[in-house]
Amino acid sequence: MEKRELTCIGCPMGCQITVEMDGKEVKDIQGYTCKRGKIYAQKEVTNPTRIVTSTVRVTGNPEVPVISVKTAQDIPKADIFDCVRALKNVTAVSPVKIGDVILHDVCGTGVDVIATKSA
Amino acid sequence: MSECMQADIVIIGGGPAGLAAAVAARDAGEDSILVLERDSRLGGILNQCIHNGFGLHTFEEELTGPEYAQRFIDMAAERKIDYKLNTMVLSISRDKVVTAMNREDGMFQVQAKAVILAMGCRERPRGALNIPGYRPAGIFTAGTAQRLVNIEGYLPGREIVILGSGDIGLIMARRMTLEGAKVKVVAELMPYSGGLKRNIVQCLNDFNIPLKLSHTVVDIRGKERVEGVTIAQVDSHGKPVPGTEEDYTCDTLLLSCGLIPENELSAQMGVEMNPVTKGPMVNESLETNVEGVFACGNVLHVHDLVDFVSEEAENAGRNAVKYVRAMGRPGSRKETGAVPVLATDGVRYTVPVCVRPDYMDDKLTVRFRVGNVYRDHYIAVYLNDERILHRKRQILAPGEMEQVILDREKLKNVPDLRQIRICLEKD
Amino acid sequence: MYDVVIIGAGVSGSAAAREISRFRGNFCVLEKEEDVCCGTSKANSAIVHAGFDAPEGSLMAELNVEGNRMMGELSEELDFPFQRIGSLVICTDERDRGKLQELLERGRANGVPDLRIVEREELREMEPNVSDDAVAALYAPTGGIVCPFLLNIAMAENAAVNGVEFRFNTKVNGIEKTGKGFCIHTNNGDVSARTVVNAAGVYADVIHGMVSREKIHITPRKGEYYLLDKSAGKHVSHTIFSLPTKMGKGVLVTPTVHGNLLVGPTAVDIENREGVNTTASGLAEVAAKASGSVKNVPLRSVITSFAGLRAHEDRHEFIVREAGDAPGFVDCAGIESPGLTASPAIGKRAASIIQDILHLEENPEFCGTRKGILNPSRLSIEERNELIRKHPEYGTIICRCESISEGEILDAIHRPLGAKSLDGVKRRVRAGMGRCQAGFCSPKVMEILAREVPGLTMDQVTKSGGASGLIVGTDKDRL
Repeated sequence: MEKRELTCIGCPMGCQITVEMDGKEVKDIQGYTCKRGKIYAQKEVTNPTRIVTSTVRVTGNPEVPVISVKTAQDIPKADIFDCVRALKNVTAVSPVKIGDVILHDVCGTGVDVIATKSA
Repeated sequence: MSECMQADIVIIGGGPAGLAAAVAARDAGEDSILVLERDSRLGGILNQCIHNGFGLHTFEEELTGPEYAQRFIDMAAERKIDYKLNTMVLSISRDKVVTAMNREDGMFQVQAKAVILAMGCRERPRGALNIPGYRPAGIFTAGTAQRLVNIEGYLPGREIVILGSGDIGLIMARRMTLEGAKVKVVAELMPYSGGLKRNIVQCLNDFNIPLKLSHTVVDIRGKERVEGVTIAQVDSHGKPVPGTEEDYTCDTLLLSCGLIPENELSAQMGVEMNPVTKGPMVNESLETNVEGVFACGNVLHVHDLVDFVSEEAENAGRNAVKYVRAMGRPGSRKETGAVPVLATDGVRYTVPVCVRPDYMDDKLTVRFRVGNVYRDHYIAVYLNDERILHRKRQILAPGEMEQVILDREKLKNVPDLRQIRICLEKD
Repeated sequence: MYDVVIIGAGVSGSAAAREISRFRGNFCVLEKEEDVCCGTSKANSAIVHAGFDAPEGSLMAELNVEGNRMMGELSEELDFPFQRIGSLVICTDERDRGKLQELLERGRANGVPDLRIVEREELREMEPNVSDDAVAALYAPTGGIVCPFLLNIAMAENAAVNGVEFRFNTKVNGIEKTGKGFCIHTNNGDVSARTVVNAAGVYADVIHGMVSREKIHITPRKGEYYLLDKSAGKHVSHTIFSLPTKMGKGVLVTPTVHGNLLVGPTAVDIENREGVNTTASGLAEVAAKASGSVKNVPLRSVITSFAGLRAHEDRHEFIVREAGDAPGFVDCAGIESPGLTASPAIGKRAASIIQDILHLEENPEFCGTRKGILNPSRLSIEERNELIRKHPEYGTIICRCESISEGEILDAIHRPLGAKSLDGVKRRVRAGMGRCQAGFCSPKVMEILAREVPGLTMDQVTKSGGASGLIVGTDKDRL
């Protein structure tokens, strides 16, 4: 049995939650004080995901050297660094509008990286 | 100088507060609005806050800062609200003549009927923190570093120590890590973090960045560029404890040690300040002691969520319109006594600081912060000696703004209402 | 072969350079830093002392009083901020009146004009925030305040305009006497000179020792200060000194020419000649002593703290003379307080010694005046709008705390001996010197520097030259 310690982000309480795991299976969740905590813990140990925000270079607009981007949906937490590495060599070409796809299917996650700023 | 321009409402600042105020004022039917923005684009500091987490209350979706800003920029554009960019307001007179300057117009003046202060805030710099040591390159406020990275695409450092666990500091810990820098530690003077819980988990814990509570920087080394800092534990008075020093080699020290409302213009025109918030003292209409001068957003008090800035600013915009409409109408301004709102027993301040029941909407949101971490306490509201609210909270923390809603009918029904008191109670 | 090489571009070296530029010849200033005013001259009390402190008959007393006398006219010729606000030495104990009297008499003997003792009531009228314990004070109406950066920069610029060459980032590693004068070894090659002026501040003894066996020994004496926001600048209207008491020497409290309040310094002898770090104990001492002669000093309004090193010579006396065993080598050494005040007189004295050696012709083209960087806030609105029409850069504010426009920053960069770094800009036009301490304007000033300084790119912009770069790379460059 493996024990995972988590801090709940549902509210400022920050409950310390302990999850007992058997392989990939959740055996027990302790320490939460509301049901949001339990749901958070369940997801966090089985399939933690994050929205990744970053910047990419832009050409064609001397006023704007970089624009901000984000993953259109959350991606697996383990893929965060691969995602930003994949953005390293991406250059957007002005004009770019908010929501334009900057990189399709980043790291095989099926999620696009989109612009969050126009340039 | 060109002759004095006229505008019903002049809004100082085109960030989230100024834009929301402008949009709400236009929607309330005001034609003559001018927004003066010192930067080269609207949106204020949100333009550099490229992380997500904005807009859950306002738009019920999770946006990044630039996206949130763009929604309001678009709303202002749809409503054809006038604005001037790259325009610095130099002074505002008590009779609401705004003196400003830019490259195209030179120095110019606008006679306003109402003014909305929405200048935002600035970060506390190293000097104000009295950190001993050298003064080399490589000491940045977190916001300055954020601008360099997110707007200009430059890295201000590779090995980083962060002092202060305010939200910008936490966000920058993750941001610098994702750009390839090594964030060695975040030190926080207080025994609790000043930032949101989710930022501690997602910006520090996700990347195994240690957070040292009750610690501060006691020395900065390096004459030209930062070469290292020393961190020490502090006692309950915030004084470093000898023998707890730890040296870190780093090329950069980022500071996230508090935000200060930028009220130089307000103070200069005679607006009374609240020493706790460093923002203006306002009544229920978010109006300062200078009649017809309103304040909203971070210039009024520092917020943690932009959604509440927008909401507050919309109120300021609507109230400014009401003020302009009532101007000159005899008897329009009933000088009934304002009822003070007192902050006691763990409540550090309230916005507003007083309420004129005749002028308030049916419901009035009073925002406040507590002065420490409190577990299992009640938020209580008293009208004179009668308790009208007693709400249990498992946790209250200085980093999270709180609010209570006051009901006009309830206030009006109290004969001889002398004070409204908001406090924390153990039971 | 230069006629004169001056080592050091602080106030003494720059004053000497300007005075020497009244003559015809080849002159050069060698400075190890990237700009003028990078050592003792930039971190001090910014005070123009009246001249009652130094012992009667000393060179220090003579040059102090002379420098004070020169400062008014010089500030007009060279257009730098100087205000004769007067100084007060506060006595808080009746038993110390004797010391106050001593100062008065010494000052009179030194030739300080208009000194007098003011009593309790008049003192409170002059200075309402003086300590409740104050019983009397020595009032010196000729005391003043000056911008040390602009004094230094103005003298250096004027010297440059009159033909003096300035070599920055040039450190003197050794000096050899040659038959015709001196060969100066630097990190940028050798420089030969008929005469040398040693104005090397805390290094003056090291430079002196390269050619002379006469003993000079300098100890860096650290002084730490607090600078307070302009909201505190009117707390006092004179420079307030304390009489030394049993508790030791007090700190001074003074307005600055830019409207801030300055409190300090401490005095601690150290070994490190580059040791300009502040210390917890030093800052605590300043805070504790701030209330010695002035009450309710609003230390909550501190915007920055800093430390400077005074070049204290063992004899506590200025050494401005030709070395006995090195003809043609003129020292300006031991220039500690009141060195800033005395600097114009020190420069004049050094130049006259050089002139006695070299017998140079007068420079008929010498122009002794210089126009400072235009301060638009002093213009009328009409004049300001005219300026913005012609030069729109004056309509863009870059430093919001100090209201500094892009036009002023461009002037700071493009004038003779122009700024090349953030600190260079800051010392010339105060961009970044306000309450946010460059948080907002530094990225903008960096961009302007990168755009305007030939050959400089954004990642090469420094805070203060050398290895003080601000940018270390670009996004994701090492991912």
